[in-house]
Amino acid sequence: MKTLWTRISTMVLTALLVLPAVVFASGEKAAAVVIVSDTRKLEGILRWWGDLYNESHLQFSLLTILLIPLIGLLFGIIADLVMRTIGIDLGSRELSEH
Amino acid sequence: MPISGVTIFWPGLIILGVGVGIIGGFFGMGGAWMVTPGLNILGFPMAFAIGTDIAHMAGKSLISTMRHGKFGNVDYKLGMIMLVGTIVGFEAGAQMVMWLERIGNVEVVVRYLYLVLLTLIAWMVFADVAKKKRKERESIARGEEIDHLATGIEWHKTLHKIKIAPMVHFKTAGITCTAWLPIFISFLTGWIAGILGIGGGLIRMPALIYFIGCPTHVAVGTDLFEVMISGLYGAFTYTMKGRTELLAAIIMLVGAAVGAQVGTVATKYIKGYGIRIAFGLAVIGCAVSIVLKLLAKNFPVYKNIFNNTSTTLILGLVFCMSAYIFIKMVQGARAEVAAKKKSVM
Repeated sequence: MKTLWTRISTMVLTALLVLPAVVFASGEKAAAVVIVSDTRKLEGILRWWGDLYNESHLQFSLLTILLIPLIGLLFGIIADLVMRTIGIDLGSRELSEH
Repeated sequence: MPISGVTIFWPGLIILGVGVGIIGGFFGMGGAWMVTPGLNILGFPMAFAIGTDIAHMAGKSLISTMRHGKFGNVDYKLGMIMLVGTIVGFEAGAQMVMWLERIGNVEVVVRYLYLVLLTLIAWMVFADVAKKKRKERESIARGEEIDHLATGIEWHKTLHKIKIAPMVHFKTAGITCTAWLPIFISFLTGWIAGILGIGGGLIRMPALIYFIGCPTHVAVGTDLFEVMISGLYGAFTYTMKGRTELLAAIIMLVGAAVGAQVGTVATKYIKGYGIRIAFGLAVIGCAVSIVLKLLAKNFPVYKNIFNNTSTTLILGLVFCMSAYIFIKMVQGARAEVAAKKKSVM
């Protein structure tokens, strides 16, 4: 088990090292312009949001990869609860083929 | 939208999210080819389309992977091995495209290659279905009982005969083969995805079934595991480039999170071959939309007609597929609840 975890950790680290080049290399060519959020007409959280984007793409990116799984998880759990309430068994499935 | 400054019909984003969430959770793919035309129709600026799509895809794949994991559909060991092969293959493919671009315009070549590949996948799926049906007919003719767990095309059995060390057993997938097989297959699918500039779920899912020998459900779950990891990383890098409209991604995710659960649970009620047939139809739809895009390129006079038809076709396909999966899921859930009530009584 320990060996398996060592292997998995090594593979994850390798992936993290190699992935940036892959994503940058395979992505569509973005125009060489800097997009700025026009916050003049925004208010409240949207203004804060726009300001954060303008001030630091790094902080905005970190917030993105934190929020996306959290929100996904939240709505996923809600959908889970609804399905369980209906009475669907969410823990098993039948074998469908060899 | 706070970043791009455009006004978007937000319920449209939720509806699109639900549709692609259902299909993604059911087939085990990111589905960028369906999302981009949808965002385009809603008036979304294309500069933000890819980043926003990847961001919402990461979230929805996470939910689908968790659910598939609980069903026992994710082979994490196989997923990790394939992830490494995919990354290296993707890099090789992307580098090759850049090399080809220096020689000349590769866009049309890439589209033709994509078309050939989709045709091959569709052929493989339907040849497999036809072979399974033939086996069943032969069993009936011999007076034997039909084996409902049997499969049609079994190329993986030949590939499993390759005994090059190290041999690995994948418990969830229920297969033992040389470790080089998933590495080679993932490298190949990654390389093709890198050349085509796509995520690769559309290629990886059938490759897991026909070459590695995964049962359909495990292929879907394991593929989603890969999509989740690459999606999170993609979301980070695209956002760093300032190309993600996070608010739109979150709105889409609200729909996609629910859709992904529906799509994943539907795999409980639709048997492996049902998934394969629906997948084959989706591949055909994707291929037809590419033909229309090629026609638009070759006949600029009718460009708008072909492009609009292509978009309508894809969105129609998303609607029909997600409606079919949703109905099947509701029917299956009803039958399950009814059976439970009956057993209690």
